[in-house]
Amino acid sequence: MCGIISVINRKKNPMDGRAVREALSIMNERGNGEGAGYAVYGAFPEFADYYAIHVFYDDLIGPKTAVEEELDKLGTITHDEEIPTFEQPNLKKRHIPWRYFFKPNVSALGTTASEEDILVYLMKKVNTTIPGALIYSTGKNIAIFKAAGWPEEVADFYRIQNYEGYIWLAHNRYPTNTAGWWGGAHPFNLLDWSVVHNGEITSYGTNKRYLESFGYVCTMHTDTEVVAYLTDLLQRQHKLPAELAFKALAPPFWDDIDRMPEKERTFNTALRMTYSPAMMNGPFAIVVANSAGIAGITDRIKLRPLVAAEAGDCLYLSSEEAAIRVMEPSPDRIWMPRAGEPVIGRIQ
Amino acid sequence: MMEKTRTIDAKGMHYTPLNKEIRAAVKDGITEIILDHINGQRFIGDGLRGEDVRIIINGVPGGDLCMFMSGPTCIVHANAEHAPGNTMDSGTIYIHGTAGDAVAHSMRGGEVYVRDSIGYRGGIHMKEYKDKCPVVVVGEYARAFLGEYMAGGIIIVLGRGKQPPVDERGVGTGIHGGELYIRGEVPDHLLGIGAEKKPFTEADRQKIRPYIEKYCREFGVDEPELFSDEYVHIGPSSARPFAGKYCWE
Repeated sequence: MCGIISVINRKKNPMDGRAVREALSIMNERGNGEGAGYAVYGAFPEFADYYAIHVFYDDLIGPKTAVEEELDKLGTITHDEEIPTFEQPNLKKRHIPWRYFFKPNVSALGTTASEEDILVYLMKKVNTTIPGALIYSTGKNIAIFKAAGWPEEVADFYRIQNYEGYIWLAHNRYPTNTAGWWGGAHPFNLLDWSVVHNGEITSYGTNKRYLESFGYVCTMHTDTEVVAYLTDLLQRQHKLPAELAFKALAPPFWDDIDRMPEKERTFNTALRMTYSPAMMNGPFAIVVANSAGIAGITDRIKLRPLVAAEAGDCLYLSSEEAAIRVMEPSPDRIWMPRAGEPVIGRIQ
Repeated sequence: MMEKTRTIDAKGMHYTPLNKEIRAAVKDGITEIILDHINGQRFIGDGLRGEDVRIIINGVPGGDLCMFMSGPTCIVHANAEHAPGNTMDSGTIYIHGTAGDAVAHSMRGGEVYVRDSIGYRGGIHMKEYKDKCPVVVVGEYARAFLGEYMAGGIIIVLGRGKQPPVDERGVGTGIHGGELYIRGEVPDHLLGIGAEKKPFTEADRQKIRPYIEKYCREFGVDEPELFSDEYVHIGPSSARPFAGKYCWE
């Protein structure tokens, strides 16, 4: 059980974090105060061309020096700062969040590495070899705010009302299978992708092994991480359009495929067989964002809720209708998406 | 007798103080309780007793509306979220809109009327005992796994609107009691394990008639075809569909 709310303004008009804080807080019954977080796209217009690397440090001596050595090896830090935080009575500051605006040097790892490859390498290197440092976001113009606390505490801790963007993703966590901790709070980010998730990916083991064969390493102790990496693999690396990538993650049942016309049947059979280890099983509702839009989907038998709404230029996706109505009291249209079928909102 | 009314402004109110105020109103002899500015409060009217109490909800109530309720009538002027009528004992819920997943979850008595559509697993685990027979009436359509593991009661889907009454899998999966009546077509492949189509008799038509009348009265619907059209009648193929799966006897 967790709560999700997300919104995109398709015209890229900026929204500050006040409304999303209220919307997420209304679903406090879905969390337990051990994790909440927000992602916002368009947060750093002055550094839009740089990767905004977010790090949780346990202290600012050893781990920070080690991370900065890696960054210096792989590129240039244009600007860095401690992420401003503001003391909250019930939220213990267990880590020191820091952000770097970073430009990778494409020749740092050899000739074939792209900027993204360098970022993936960096995240893996830091998260597996530098104790006391965790990179939890690497996207351009994307800010992530997360901690172990209730939605309104985490929002106030980072003062998200001071940030603006055209996409917001927010998540209220009720950890069930792994402990609640800062790194385990959602959203999860990798490069341009951010994910919030309600449910559990029971195929985690299969998905993780599949991802490892492509060089991804899971370090966050939670199943949601695989959604971010699978999305990156299918959409960025394999260049599948969003609709197909989601179909690979939540494909039609075999008995439904059997009833399809031949062309469709052949295609869906091929997709299921090719991406069998990427298929996600178990109950889930997820929302995935990148700089071009947001998409929400549930598992094929609808074991977690998802509601969608449109109002003007905005598309909303949420666990509960009431949360949407906090942000937009009178949507033009509000509906329950079909299980296993994505709802996609793209910028215009 | 004059109806005694009390209005509660629920804006920003948590469900615990809200339910306390509702109970206090019932204790004071109030028969009509109007809840304004509801948005997302769960558990409204849960466990509430009182045959002559009406609760009018303006706004979207949160999940598990009227859970364990016994007697009152609840009218929602908005959509409802998950599981309205969860394990309800008696009384009536009218929803002037849609409802989320697991409508009437484990319901054991009373009636739930949803003007438009409902989500997945409507009527899951509904049951009946002696004179207690819960009824769910859905105006438009229901999503997959309608009547899943149903053990008793009646589900009626009127198939109003443009969409088919059901076009997703698992209708009556694991059903071992109770009945579904669906106006319109239900392709055989949508039936779940343990469910089978049965004849729709004149006795069936008479049985569902009063509930359709109540639906029409509440939502101001005048569509004679709801009474004259054929319904697909679905029930359990056996009282113990999984006997062979779990038992050795």
